[in-house]
Amino acid sequence: MQLTQGFADPAIEAARVFRIVLDAMSHPARIVTLPEIDAPAPCSPAAAAVLLTLVDGTTPLHLAGAHDCEAMRDWVRFHLGAPLVGPQDAAFALGIWDALGPLSAYPQGSAEYPDRAATLIVDDMALRSKGARLTGPGIAHEAFLALPDVAALQANAAQFPRGLDFLFTGGAQLAALPRSTQIGGA
Amino acid sequence: MSAQPLSRRDWLGLIARAPMARLGALWPDDPPEFTWLRKPEVGAMMVQGRAGAVGAAFNLGEVTVTRASVRLPCGTIGHALVQGRDTRKAERAALLDALLQTEHEEQLQATVLAPLQAAEQEEAETRARRAAATKVDFFTMVRGEG
Repeated sequence: MQLTQGFADPAIEAARVFRIVLDAMSHPARIVTLPEIDAPAPCSPAAAAVLLTLVDGTTPLHLAGAHDCEAMRDWVRFHLGAPLVGPQDAAFALGIWDALGPLSAYPQGSAEYPDRAATLIVDDMALRSKGARLTGPGIAHEAFLALPDVAALQANAAQFPRGLDFLFTGGAQLAALPRSTQIGGA
Repeated sequence: MSAQPLSRRDWLGLIARAPMARLGALWPDDPPEFTWLRKPEVGAMMVQGRAGAVGAAFNLGEVTVTRASVRLPCGTIGHALVQGRDTRKAERAALLDALLQTEHEEQLQATVLAPLQAAEQEEAETRARRAAATKVDFFTMVRGEG
Protein backbone atom coordinates (compact mmCIF):
# COMPACT_ATOMS: atom_id res chain seq x y z
CA MET A 1 0.00 0.00 0.00
CA GLN A 2 1.54 3.27 -1.05
CA LEU A 3 -0.78 6.03 0.08
CA THR A 4 0.01 9.59 -0.92
CA GLN A 5 -0.92 12.92 0.53
CA GLY A 6 -4.00 14.69 -0.79
CA PHE A 7 -4.09 18.47 -0.75
CA ALA A 8 -1.25 19.93 1.31
CA ASP A 9 -3.59 22.68 2.53
CA PRO A 10 -7.06 21.15 2.14
CA ALA A 11 -9.25 24.19 2.82
CA ILE A 12 -7.43 26.58 0.49
CA GLU A 13 -6.68 24.15 -2.31
CA ALA A 14 -10.14 22.58 -2.34
CA ALA A 15 -11.64 26.07 -2.65
CA ARG A 16 -9.28 26.88 -5.51
CA VAL A 17 -10.04 23.65 -7.37
CA PHE A 18 -13.76 24.16 -6.80
CA ARG A 19 -13.50 27.60 -8.41
CA ILE A 20 -11.61 26.17 -11.40
CA VAL A 21 -14.12 23.34 -11.87
CA LEU A 22 -16.98 25.83 -11.58
CA ASP A 23 -15.32 27.94 -14.25
CA ALA A 24 -14.96 24.90 -16.52
CA MET A 25 -18.57 23.85 -15.91
CA SER A 26 -19.88 27.34 -16.74
CA HIS A 27 -17.84 27.49 -19.93
CA PRO A 28 -18.23 24.08 -21.58
CA ALA A 29 -15.21 22.95 -23.61
CA ARG A 30 -12.89 25.43 -21.93
CA ILE A 31 -9.71 23.56 -21.02
CA VAL A 32 -8.46 24.47 -17.55
CA THR A 33 -5.43 23.35 -15.58
CA LEU A 34 -5.65 22.03 -12.03
CA PRO A 35 -2.90 22.02 -9.39
CA GLU A 36 -0.65 18.96 -9.50
CA ILE A 37 -1.30 16.39 -6.81
CA ASP A 38 -0.09 12.84 -6.33
CA ALA A 39 -2.67 10.31 -7.41
CA PRO A 40 -2.52 6.53 -7.44
CA ALA A 41 -2.19 5.07 -10.95
CA PRO A 42 -4.15 4.98 -13.19
CA CYS A 43 -5.99 8.04 -11.89
CA SER A 44 -4.85 11.34 -13.40
CA PRO A 45 -3.87 14.25 -11.12
CA ALA A 46 -6.78 16.31 -12.43
CA ALA A 47 -9.32 13.58 -11.67
CA ALA A 48 -7.83 13.14 -8.19
CA ALA A 49 -8.07 16.87 -7.52
CA VAL A 50 -11.73 16.83 -8.61
CA LEU A 51 -12.45 13.86 -6.35
CA LEU A 52 -10.75 15.49 -3.36
CA THR A 53 -12.86 18.60 -3.91
CA LEU A 54 -16.30 17.26 -4.81
CA VAL A 55 -16.55 13.79 -3.29
CA ASP A 56 -16.98 12.93 0.38
CA GLY A 57 -18.87 10.52 2.61
CA THR A 58 -22.25 11.72 1.31
CA THR A 59 -21.59 11.15 -2.41
CA PRO A 60 -21.54 7.53 -3.59
CA LEU A 61 -18.70 6.91 -6.03
CA HIS A 62 -18.42 4.31 -8.78
CA LEU A 63 -14.96 3.24 -9.91
CA ALA A 64 -15.01 1.71 -13.36
CA GLY A 65 -12.56 -0.56 -15.12
CA ALA A 66 -8.89 -0.19 -14.30
CA HIS A 67 -9.67 2.60 -11.83
CA ASP A 68 -11.32 0.03 -9.58
CA CYS A 69 -7.98 -1.18 -8.21
CA GLU A 70 -6.74 -1.79 -4.68
CA ALA A 71 -4.55 1.35 -4.58
CA MET A 72 -7.42 3.53 -5.75
CA ARG A 73 -9.90 2.01 -3.30
CA ASP A 74 -7.46 2.59 -0.43
CA TRP A 75 -6.96 6.15 -1.55
CA VAL A 76 -10.73 6.76 -1.72
CA ARG A 77 -11.22 5.19 1.70
CA PHE A 78 -8.53 7.30 3.32
CA HIS A 79 -9.04 10.66 1.65
CA LEU A 80 -12.72 10.73 0.70
CA GLY A 81 -14.57 8.16 2.78
CA ALA A 82 -17.06 7.90 -0.07
CA PRO A 83 -19.13 4.71 -0.32
CA LEU A 84 -18.14 2.68 -3.39
CA VAL A 85 -21.23 1.60 -5.31
CA GLY A 86 -22.37 0.27 -8.64
CA PRO A 87 -23.29 2.61 -11.50
CA GLN A 88 -27.00 2.63 -10.67
CA ASP A 89 -26.43 4.32 -7.26
CA ALA A 90 -23.50 6.57 -8.13
CA ALA A 91 -23.42 10.33 -7.70
CA PHE A 92 -19.96 10.38 -9.25
CA ALA A 93 -18.23 7.86 -11.48
CA LEU A 94 -14.59 7.66 -12.47
CA GLY A 95 -13.06 5.69 -15.31
CA ILE A 96 -11.96 5.84 -18.89
CA TRP A 97 -14.76 6.24 -21.43
CA ASP A 98 -14.84 2.60 -22.55
CA ALA A 99 -14.88 1.33 -18.97
CA LEU A 100 -17.71 3.58 -17.84
CA GLY A 101 -20.09 1.62 -20.07
CA PRO A 102 -23.58 2.53 -21.23
CA LEU A 103 -24.69 5.95 -19.98
CA SER A 104 -28.18 4.62 -19.25
CA ALA A 105 -26.73 2.62 -16.31
CA TYR A 106 -26.28 5.83 -14.27
CA PRO A 107 -28.96 7.86 -12.47
CA GLN A 108 -30.34 10.36 -14.96
CA GLY A 109 -32.30 12.48 -12.47
CA SER A 110 -36.04 13.01 -12.71
CA ALA A 111 -38.08 15.89 -14.08
CA GLU A 112 -38.79 16.97 -10.47
CA TYR A 113 -35.22 16.40 -9.27
CA PRO A 114 -32.83 16.78 -12.20
CA ASP A 115 -30.01 17.26 -9.66
CA ARG A 116 -30.19 13.57 -8.78
CA ALA A 117 -28.22 12.68 -11.90
CA ALA A 118 -24.66 11.38 -11.84
CA THR A 119 -21.54 13.27 -12.83
CA LEU A 120 -19.10 11.19 -14.85
CA ILE A 121 -15.38 11.88 -14.62
CA VAL A 122 -13.95 10.56 -17.86
CA ASP A 123 -10.26 10.08 -17.23
CA ASP A 124 -7.25 9.74 -19.50
CA MET A 125 -8.65 11.96 -22.27
CA ALA A 126 -6.49 13.82 -24.75
CA LEU A 127 -8.14 17.21 -24.46
CA ARG A 128 -8.13 19.17 -27.71
CA SER A 129 -10.16 22.19 -28.73
CA LYS A 130 -11.25 20.70 -32.02
CA GLY A 131 -13.77 18.09 -32.96
CA ALA A 132 -17.44 18.32 -32.08
CA ARG A 133 -19.05 21.76 -32.36
CA LEU A 134 -20.68 22.84 -29.11
CA THR A 135 -23.24 25.59 -28.51
CA GLY A 136 -25.48 26.51 -25.63
CA PRO A 137 -25.33 28.20 -22.22
CA GLY A 138 -21.86 29.47 -21.35
CA ILE A 139 -20.62 29.46 -24.95
CA ALA A 140 -20.62 32.83 -26.70
CA HIS A 141 -20.79 31.58 -30.29
CA GLU A 142 -19.38 28.12 -30.67
CA ALA A 143 -16.72 25.96 -29.08
CA PHE A 144 -15.00 22.76 -30.13
CA LEU A 145 -13.95 19.78 -28.08
CA ALA A 146 -12.81 16.30 -29.01
CA LEU A 147 -15.53 13.99 -27.66
CA PRO A 148 -15.31 10.22 -27.25
CA ASP A 149 -18.78 9.26 -28.56
CA VAL A 150 -20.78 12.06 -30.15
CA ALA A 151 -24.00 10.08 -30.68
CA ALA A 152 -24.25 8.93 -27.05
CA LEU A 153 -23.53 12.43 -25.76
CA GLN A 154 -26.10 13.94 -28.13
CA ALA A 155 -28.71 11.51 -26.80
CA ASN A 156 -27.73 12.53 -23.28
CA ALA A 157 -28.11 16.25 -24.07
CA ALA A 158 -31.51 15.60 -25.67
CA GLN A 159 -32.88 14.46 -22.29
CA PHE A 160 -32.36 17.93 -20.77
CA PRO A 161 -33.21 18.81 -17.97
CA ARG A 162 -32.46 15.18 -17.17
CA GLY A 163 -29.14 13.62 -18.11
CA LEU A 164 -25.53 13.27 -17.01
CA ASP A 165 -22.81 15.88 -16.65
CA PHE A 166 -19.28 15.12 -17.78
CA LEU A 167 -15.84 16.15 -16.61
CA PHE A 168 -13.13 15.13 -19.02
CA THR A 169 -9.70 14.89 -17.42
CA GLY A 170 -6.26 14.12 -18.74
CA GLY A 171 -2.98 14.83 -16.99
CA ALA A 172 -3.53 18.04 -15.03
CA GLN A 173 -6.15 19.34 -17.44
CA LEU A 174 -9.91 19.33 -17.31
CA ALA A 175 -12.83 20.30 -19.55
CA ALA A 176 -16.51 20.05 -18.74
CA LEU A 177 -19.57 19.10 -20.74
CA PRO A 178 -22.79 19.78 -18.84
CA ARG A 179 -26.04 18.27 -20.11
CA SER A 180 -27.24 21.72 -21.24
CA THR A 181 -24.69 21.92 -24.06
CA GLN A 182 -25.91 21.23 -27.58
CA ILE A 183 -23.59 19.01 -29.59
CA GLY A 184 -23.64 19.86 -33.28
CA GLY A 185 -21.52 17.06 -34.70
CA ALA A 186 -18.03 17.10 -36.04
CA MET B 1 2.00 -5.81 35.84
CA SER B 2 2.18 -8.15 32.88
CA ALA B 3 5.16 -7.72 30.62
CA GLN B 4 3.11 -8.71 27.63
CA PRO B 5 3.64 -6.40 24.66
CA LEU B 6 0.65 -4.19 23.91
CA SER B 7 -1.43 -4.71 20.81
CA ARG B 8 -1.83 -1.85 18.33
CA ARG B 9 -5.35 -1.20 19.55
CA ASP B 10 -4.06 -0.83 23.12
CA TRP B 11 -1.11 1.38 22.32
CA LEU B 12 -3.22 3.72 20.16
CA GLY B 13 -5.48 4.29 23.16
CA LEU B 14 -2.63 4.53 25.64
CA ILE B 15 -0.74 7.14 23.60
CA ALA B 16 -3.89 9.12 22.93
CA ARG B 17 -4.75 9.27 26.64
CA ALA B 18 -1.24 10.20 27.78
CA PRO B 19 -0.65 13.86 28.67
CA MET B 20 1.62 15.65 26.22
CA ALA B 21 4.15 16.52 28.93
CA ARG B 22 4.66 12.86 29.86
CA LEU B 23 4.83 11.80 26.23
CA GLY B 24 7.39 14.50 25.51
CA ALA B 25 9.54 13.49 28.48
CA LEU B 26 9.59 9.83 27.48
CA TRP B 27 10.18 10.36 23.82
CA PRO B 28 12.18 13.55 23.25
CA ASP B 29 12.06 15.38 19.97
CA ASP B 30 14.08 13.48 17.43
CA PRO B 31 11.48 12.74 14.79
CA PRO B 32 12.59 10.33 12.09
CA GLU B 33 12.18 11.29 8.48
CA PHE B 34 8.55 11.08 7.41
CA THR B 35 6.01 12.47 4.99
CA TRP B 36 2.54 13.67 5.81
CA LEU B 37 -0.43 11.74 4.57
CA ARG B 38 -2.73 14.01 6.47
CA LYS B 39 -1.42 17.02 8.31
CA PRO B 40 -2.94 17.49 11.75
CA GLU B 41 -6.54 18.61 11.44
CA VAL B 42 -8.69 19.79 14.32
CA GLY B 43 -12.33 18.73 14.25
CA ALA B 44 -15.21 17.57 16.35
CA MET B 45 -16.53 14.09 16.94
CA MET B 46 -19.84 12.98 18.38
CA VAL B 47 -19.33 10.79 21.42
CA GLN B 48 -22.00 8.23 22.09
CA GLY B 49 -22.89 6.82 25.45
CA ARG B 50 -25.07 4.04 26.78
CA ALA B 51 -26.98 4.35 30.02
CA GLY B 52 -25.38 1.88 32.42
CA ALA B 53 -23.16 0.83 29.49
CA VAL B 54 -25.92 -1.48 28.27
CA GLY B 55 -28.84 0.69 27.15
CA ALA B 56 -29.51 2.15 23.72
CA ALA B 57 -26.78 4.45 22.39
CA PHE B 58 -27.42 8.16 22.71
CA ASN B 59 -25.39 11.16 21.65
CA LEU B 60 -23.53 12.40 24.72
CA GLY B 61 -21.88 15.42 23.18
CA GLU B 62 -19.16 16.58 20.87
CA VAL B 63 -15.51 16.39 21.71
CA THR B 64 -12.66 18.27 20.05
CA VAL B 65 -10.21 15.91 18.38
CA THR B 66 -7.09 16.23 16.27
CA ARG B 67 -6.13 13.64 13.72
CA ALA B 68 -3.00 13.10 11.70
CA SER B 69 -1.45 10.43 9.50
CA VAL B 70 2.19 9.99 8.57
CA ARG B 71 4.21 7.68 6.38
CA LEU B 72 7.75 6.59 7.10
CA PRO B 73 10.25 6.15 4.26
CA CYS B 74 9.83 2.36 4.57
CA GLY B 75 6.14 2.76 3.75
CA THR B 76 4.74 2.14 7.22
CA ILE B 77 1.72 4.28 7.96
CA GLY B 78 0.84 5.65 11.37
CA HIS B 79 -2.45 7.21 12.40
CA ALA B 80 -3.41 9.26 15.41
CA LEU B 81 -6.68 10.57 16.75
CA VAL B 82 -6.20 12.46 19.99
CA GLN B 83 -8.51 14.51 22.13
CA GLY B 84 -7.99 18.25 22.17
CA ARG B 85 -6.35 20.60 19.71
CA ASP B 86 -2.70 19.79 20.30
CA THR B 87 -1.34 19.25 16.78
CA ARG B 88 2.13 18.38 18.13
CA LYS B 89 0.69 15.57 20.18
CA ALA B 90 -1.19 14.24 17.15
CA GLU B 91 2.03 14.31 15.13
CA ARG B 92 3.97 12.54 17.85
CA ALA B 93 1.28 9.94 18.39
CA ALA B 94 1.07 9.18 14.67
CA LEU B 95 4.86 8.84 14.46
CA LEU B 96 4.90 6.53 17.48
CA ASP B 97 2.18 4.41 15.95
CA ALA B 98 4.19 4.11 12.73
CA LEU B 99 7.46 3.31 14.52
CA LEU B 100 5.77 0.73 16.72
CA GLN B 101 4.93 -1.21 13.56
CA THR B 102 8.59 -1.34 12.53
CA GLU B 103 11.67 -3.03 13.98
CA HIS B 104 11.78 -0.35 16.70
CA GLU B 105 8.74 -1.89 18.35
CA GLU B 106 10.52 -3.82 21.08
CA GLN B 107 12.58 -0.85 22.17
CA LEU B 108 9.63 1.55 22.15
CA GLN B 109 7.42 -0.92 24.00
CA ALA B 110 9.97 -0.81 26.82
CA THR B 111 10.97 2.85 26.82
CA VAL B 112 7.65 4.51 26.04
CA LEU B 113 4.65 2.22 26.36
CA ALA B 114 5.61 0.49 29.60
CA PRO B 115 6.20 3.74 31.56
CA LEU B 116 3.01 5.23 30.12
CA GLN B 117 1.05 2.20 31.16
CA ALA B 118 2.59 2.20 34.64
CA ALA B 119 1.81 5.89 35.13
CA GLU B 120 -1.74 5.41 33.95
CA GLN B 121 -2.27 2.47 36.25
CA GLU B 122 -0.84 4.35 39.20
CA GLU B 123 -3.16 7.27 38.55
CA ALA B 124 -6.14 4.97 38.40
CA GLU B 125 -5.12 3.34 41.69
CA THR B 126 -4.59 6.69 43.41
CA ARG B 127 -8.00 7.82 42.24
CA ALA B 128 -9.58 4.58 43.41
CA ARG B 129 -7.88 4.92 46.82
CA ARG B 130 -9.07 8.51 47.22
CA ALA B 131 -12.56 7.45 46.33
CA ALA B 132 -12.40 4.46 48.65
CA ALA B 133 -11.41 6.72 51.57
CA THR B 134 -14.68 8.59 51.29
CA LYS B 135 -16.79 5.48 51.02
CA VAL B 136 -19.83 5.44 53.25
CA ASP B 137 -21.36 2.16 54.33
CA PHE B 138 -25.07 2.40 54.48
CA PHE B 139 -26.75 -0.20 56.57
CA THR B 140 -30.34 -0.84 57.30
CA MET B 141 -31.33 -1.02 60.91
CA VAL B 142 -33.28 -4.03 61.84
CA ARG B 143 -36.84 -2.99 62.39
CA GLY B 144 -37.84 -3.36 66.00
CA GLU B 145 -40.43 -5.76 67.16
CA GLY B 146 -42.71 -3.30 68.82
